[in-house]
Amino acid sequence: MADNTYDAIVIGSGISGGWAAKELTEKGLKTIVLERGWNVEHIKDYQNNTKDPWEFPHRGGRTQEMIKDYPVLQRDYPLNEKNLKFWVNEKDSPYTETKRFDWYRGYQVGGRSLTWGRQSYRWSDLDFEANAKDGIAIDWPIRYKDIAPWYSYAERFAGISGNKDGLAVLPDGDYMPPMEMNVVEKDIAGRINKHYNNNRHMIIGRTANITQPHHDRTNCQYQNKCWLGCNFGAYFSSQSATLPAAAKTGNLTIRPYSIVTQILYDKDTKKATGVEILDAETNQTYQYFSKIVFVCASTFNSAWVLMNSATDVWDGGLGSSSGELGHNVMDHHFRLGAGGRVEGFDDRYYYGSRPNGVYIPRYRNVGNDKRDYLRGFGYQGGAGRSGWSRYVAEMNIGGDLKDTLAEPGEWTIGITAFGEILPNHDNKITLDKEKKDKWGLPVLAMDCELKENELKMRKDMMDDGKEMLEAAGVKDVYTYDSGYFFGQGIHEMGTARMGLDPKTSVLNKHNQVWDALNVFVTDGSCMASAAAVNPSLTYMALTARAVDYAVSELKKQNL
Amino acid sequence: MNRREAINRVALLFGGTIIGGQLFIEGCTRPATKDVASLFEKTQTDFLGDIADTILPATKTPGAKEAGVGEFIPVMVRDTYTEEDQKVFVEGLTKLEEAANKKYKKNFQQLSPEERTAFLIELDNEQNEYHKNKKDEDPNHYFRMIKQLTMLGYFTSELGSTKALRYNPIPGRYDGNIPYEKGDRAWA
Repeated sequence: MADNTYDAIVIGSGISGGWAAKELTEKGLKTIVLERGWNVEHIKDYQNNTKDPWEFPHRGGRTQEMIKDYPVLQRDYPLNEKNLKFWVNEKDSPYTETKRFDWYRGYQVGGRSLTWGRQSYRWSDLDFEANAKDGIAIDWPIRYKDIAPWYSYAERFAGISGNKDGLAVLPDGDYMPPMEMNVVEKDIAGRINKHYNNNRHMIIGRTANITQPHHDRTNCQYQNKCWLGCNFGAYFSSQSATLPAAAKTGNLTIRPYSIVTQILYDKDTKKATGVEILDAETNQTYQYFSKIVFVCASTFNSAWVLMNSATDVWDGGLGSSSGELGHNVMDHHFRLGAGGRVEGFDDRYYYGSRPNGVYIPRYRNVGNDKRDYLRGFGYQGGAGRSGWSRYVAEMNIGGDLKDTLAEPGEWTIGITAFGEILPNHDNKITLDKEKKDKWGLPVLAMDCELKENELKMRKDMMDDGKEMLEAAGVKDVYTYDSGYFFGQGIHEMGTARMGLDPKTSVLNKHNQVWDALNVFVTDGSCMASAAAVNPSLTYMALTARAVDYAVSELKKQNL
Repeated sequence: MNRREAINRVALLFGGTIIGGQLFIEGCTRPATKDVASLFEKTQTDFLGDIADTILPATKTPGAKEAGVGEFIPVMVRDTYTEEDQKVFVEGLTKLEEAANKKYKKNFQQLSPEERTAFLIELDNEQNEYHKNKKDEDPNHYFRMIKQLTMLGYFTSELGSTKALRYNPIPGRYDGNIPYEKGDRAWA
């Protein structure tokens, strides 16, 4: 048993788990990270990054066999030939769709930090106060001032490039130099700013790609192949940043192929004593023991672990006493926006592939703006010259077609809106005990849908895009709505929300499970609302903050 | 195509769906049928290469045949096409020969370069017309398939990427405003 005892256990090795591991080990705690998936080795396992496009037999596309093997992944852009190994094997790990839910998972050391979109924005009090002001769900137990120093801390280590734009809705952070807007984006940004009297802004995306050397990492080389893994370590991932830092302390153990099946709970002390795992390769069961447990298994799997824990005390599992565990699922709804052609820049082009775009922060229901729905949305997008796949109406075939397509086409711009989804008790995940995964474990059942507020918002998300682009002089502006299904934002949140009252929340303001104070849940499951911005930076900050609190409480012998 | 590219992408191939892999299909594996397997025979890759080379011929840069498009197309048809599209494709090659014989009393490969071009322009007009009015459930036109695969195969090939386009796998920096002169090649 001695060999299986650590100071801390971290479940999961993605963005939140990596941060927990770094902070815990740097504070001197012997820590084991339990990762359910395979052991990605940094750089060594990014073989496809260095391949040329023609080395892929289907040039990066998808085969019918892949479509059959990945019935969920094939529903949207993630299914591709180049980084298939960073997506979960869906045959091994099925789930139940009470309502359609697109769940894009990465089961490996590094989790989805390997494939994430890297957009890194701070929340503001517009977000933290929203539930209280609107009378929606429950109030956040923290405000911007509580997390602001932790945002700085996370940004400085992760390396976020961005511009200090001075916008109240999107607080500035501690940034590396920003990436550059291209000539057309700059022009359109200026026109939008002017047209809306400085009330709407187009800014360069704030992204977790470093623009200067940072620790042992090389600055971004503008390949735009991030999701194949970066051999320069230029974007933040658990693999490039937090896990190496944790390993450096000598306090880190990583155990891949370790499916945590439950948190071991002692009802006398009302604390966790450790966890039980199933070795995904051997099907053997092991137990690990620790003073504290950090649950960072991703929003849905963290809830799954809690649901399967302490069921002898609570039928619904550890943290279910409030009746909120697994409820209030949120995501960002999107896949609609506007685009068009830009004239007047045919003598301009760009060098390098920038792994970042432009961002229009939220302006709806801000200040004096009032809509017939709550909250708002932001836009992500970018301008560029079209490539060889464009349609050339006046040409059929032949040398002229080839030579024309070998030159860049006209400038186009596209923007896509990302909208806030309100927390709603009815949007939930539950255990489906009838269906089992490869290891005989019950799977999750998803039951989530957009409600009236989001559907109303979507009209503005499309119309506003058109209006802004037209105001900026973009030609032939079109709108699109490709439809949205829950999960497609890959920003699952809210299954174990933080709150001020154990009767209505799963976690307290320090991310502790009310029913087991030495269990901390710091991934997306802790979110009490979703805001409109990308959430991962907030998980980083909350995780570092929670570890700081956990270790100080340990020292005071309060845990 | 990652999320941002998906978002930024405005002009899709032919302004519409790419035939094959993007389609949502229900199950069922398909070992390469005899007809599809035959596409890999030298006579067929040669035939496909000649069609591709008429669509994207050598100019001051290499043509599609030299770039290996004749060998690329069978791989895509076998692996990424639905059974229905495979059938349309294989039968389409027969239709193409029949049409050439009807018009010129010759097989496609016996035509002069000028005749090949004129003939494929007709087929391209035919497929454009067909797709303008095509309902979702109607099959794709075989010549649209050939043209799409030719463009994809050529511009992502080594010769296409490095000779027709400019290939620079590690740019090292970003400049969002460089001069462009007509004739400068696009980045691969």
